[in-house]
Amino acid sequence: MAMNVGRALSCMRTIYVSRVLRHVREPVSLGTNLARFSSSSPDALPKTDSLEVTFVKADGQKVKARCKEGDSLLDVVVNNELDISGYGACEGTLTCSTCHVILSKEDYDRIPSKPLDDENDMLDLAFELTETSRLGCQIVMTKELNGLEVRLPSSVNDARG
Amino acid sequence: MHPLGRVLAFSQKCRRFSTNVIDPNSIQPKLCVVGSGPASFYAAQQILKALPKVQIDIFERLPVPFGLVRFGVAPDHPEVKNVINTFTKTAQDPRVKFIGNVKLGQDVSLAELQNAYHSVLLAYGAEEDRLLGIPGENLDNILSAREFVGWYNGLPNNKDLKFNLNIEKVAIIGQGNVALDVARILLSPIDLLKKTDITEYSLAALADSKVKEVKLIGRRGPLQVAFTIKEFREMLRLPRCFVNMNAEDFAGLDAIVPNLPRPRKRLTELLMKSISTSKETEADKCFNPIFFRTPKSFQSGEDASSVGALTVAVNTMEGENAVETDVLETIECGLVLRSIGYKSIQADSAIPFNSKRGLVENSGGVIQPGLYVSGWLGTGPVGVILSTMTNAFAVGQTMASDILNNTVDASIKKPGFEFIGSLLKKKGIQTVSFADWEQIDKVEQSRGKEKGKLREKIVDVKEMLTIASGKP
Repeated sequence: MAMNVGRALSCMRTIYVSRVLRHVREPVSLGTNLARFSSSSPDALPKTDSLEVTFVKADGQKVKARCKEGDSLLDVVVNNELDISGYGACEGTLTCSTCHVILSKEDYDRIPSKPLDDENDMLDLAFELTETSRLGCQIVMTKELNGLEVRLPSSVNDARG
Repeated sequence: MHPLGRVLAFSQKCRRFSTNVIDPNSIQPKLCVVGSGPASFYAAQQILKALPKVQIDIFERLPVPFGLVRFGVAPDHPEVKNVINTFTKTAQDPRVKFIGNVKLGQDVSLAELQNAYHSVLLAYGAEEDRLLGIPGENLDNILSAREFVGWYNGLPNNKDLKFNLNIEKVAIIGQGNVALDVARILLSPIDLLKKTDITEYSLAALADSKVKEVKLIGRRGPLQVAFTIKEFREMLRLPRCFVNMNAEDFAGLDAIVPNLPRPRKRLTELLMKSISTSKETEADKCFNPIFFRTPKSFQSGEDASSVGALTVAVNTMEGENAVETDVLETIECGLVLRSIGYKSIQADSAIPFNSKRGLVENSGGVIQPGLYVSGWLGTGPVGVILSTMTNAFAVGQTMASDILNNTVDASIKKPGFEFIGSLLKKKGIQTVSFADWEQIDKVEQSRGKEKGKLREKIVDVKEMLTIASGKP
């Protein structure tokens, strides 16, 4: 099911990473731009997409995506055009909670940056808030986090189920 | 996922609900939506996913799209308006048509829409204010917060709102996020608003404002406030403004707080920490939430036609309910903003409307198969954009599955905009396309740029239509 936020966002944001270096698991159907958010500097040399993240949807479906060091989980969703309805509505400005992800206790503890007040304020509005919830826009991928698996709250997909 | 995979996944999902699944590629349903805010666009996004050959026509009363994202979200919250980017993408989908300047119940009837389309989604929001219904409420300088928001955000209906900011004390009735938005706009240093898309006339009026103190009056206590923590934290961060509350109103909360659910716990803890923020030497404005008070009547001030004071009853709590006592208090105020909720209007007499609750009767967004409601019109005016998004996603999915399981028969030919368009033409109504809106948008942005602002909104419908017509 389709092209919504990711593709929508990707056309809106500034491009500053060479597209050649981008790995996508899925064929890119349109000539979309590569979207980037705030996490890496435009001047930094692009690193290869050597890391992997798995998003586990509410129905158990696992979606794997590749990314670079320094990408936030929101970057990963946008760059890979993953189909997650409504994900990242405020485009990483800490004014919504649509990029909510749920981590294992172990992963939650090993992420070096702990949530600050502004992130917690938004998480308070998230559905299915857990003790190990974070906003995807605030989790920055590192080598140490390679292979990270995060769960997405059920929200809309189970609305009728 | 491969497109075919998407279809298969969706079919599998639908099979859970019905055995009679129609191939989405075999039908070309025509759907329309009334309203163009989040409740509309989020539903449309889901419908577009599920029905590859659908045509969705979005009708909007004003010549400009995006509803409360444009007219409700505070000008100093530009990040919240980023959702416009995805709405724009949706509006530019070849299967979507935006038709502005069309009023349901006036230019077109619900019956006409139902004849022209397989399904109709009502998503025109909640625009009417609730009144307190107390003596003196008709005095000058008593407004609804919604009108005030519409005024500073350039809602054409509210652009000429008359009131007086040459007063020092404001009473806002209600303790939700709209109440905090208007409090913040009234207490913000003008420099913080200058670069936003706030309307020029509002900026000028606010620059001359004499407001020094804003009271936020609630019937119940700190545990029941409806505003969210981010909005309250913003009040704490306002330069030159201190927060002041009555410490007695927090008595006994220490024992309760640890057992509250996390969101309420964090909010209450922050409130308790802020009972009286250290008064900066240069702080010259005060934000003063007042709890356990019910407005009983308004009195005029020096000027007999304008409000000067508010009489409130002191309440005690019985469980979650406020109960009035015989004790009355007087609160001085030269401006009152009512922020006690909205209700929707019955745009067309054929809409099954609950006037008491001010919303359209529905079950999970379904009014009847083929007629749906999403957002505040169906849920009542509660929640942040996320709540409306979740609701609209679900209603959009329901609309699509009703077509795919043949609850709504999309095999019948429907004329869609071919019929409605000719009807509007006959009535001489100038419609506004999304490309026309993009022209208006361009003019607004360039006028804003000249003033060092994000945008200068056009507030006159005639002027919008002139730009849209391309013949200035």
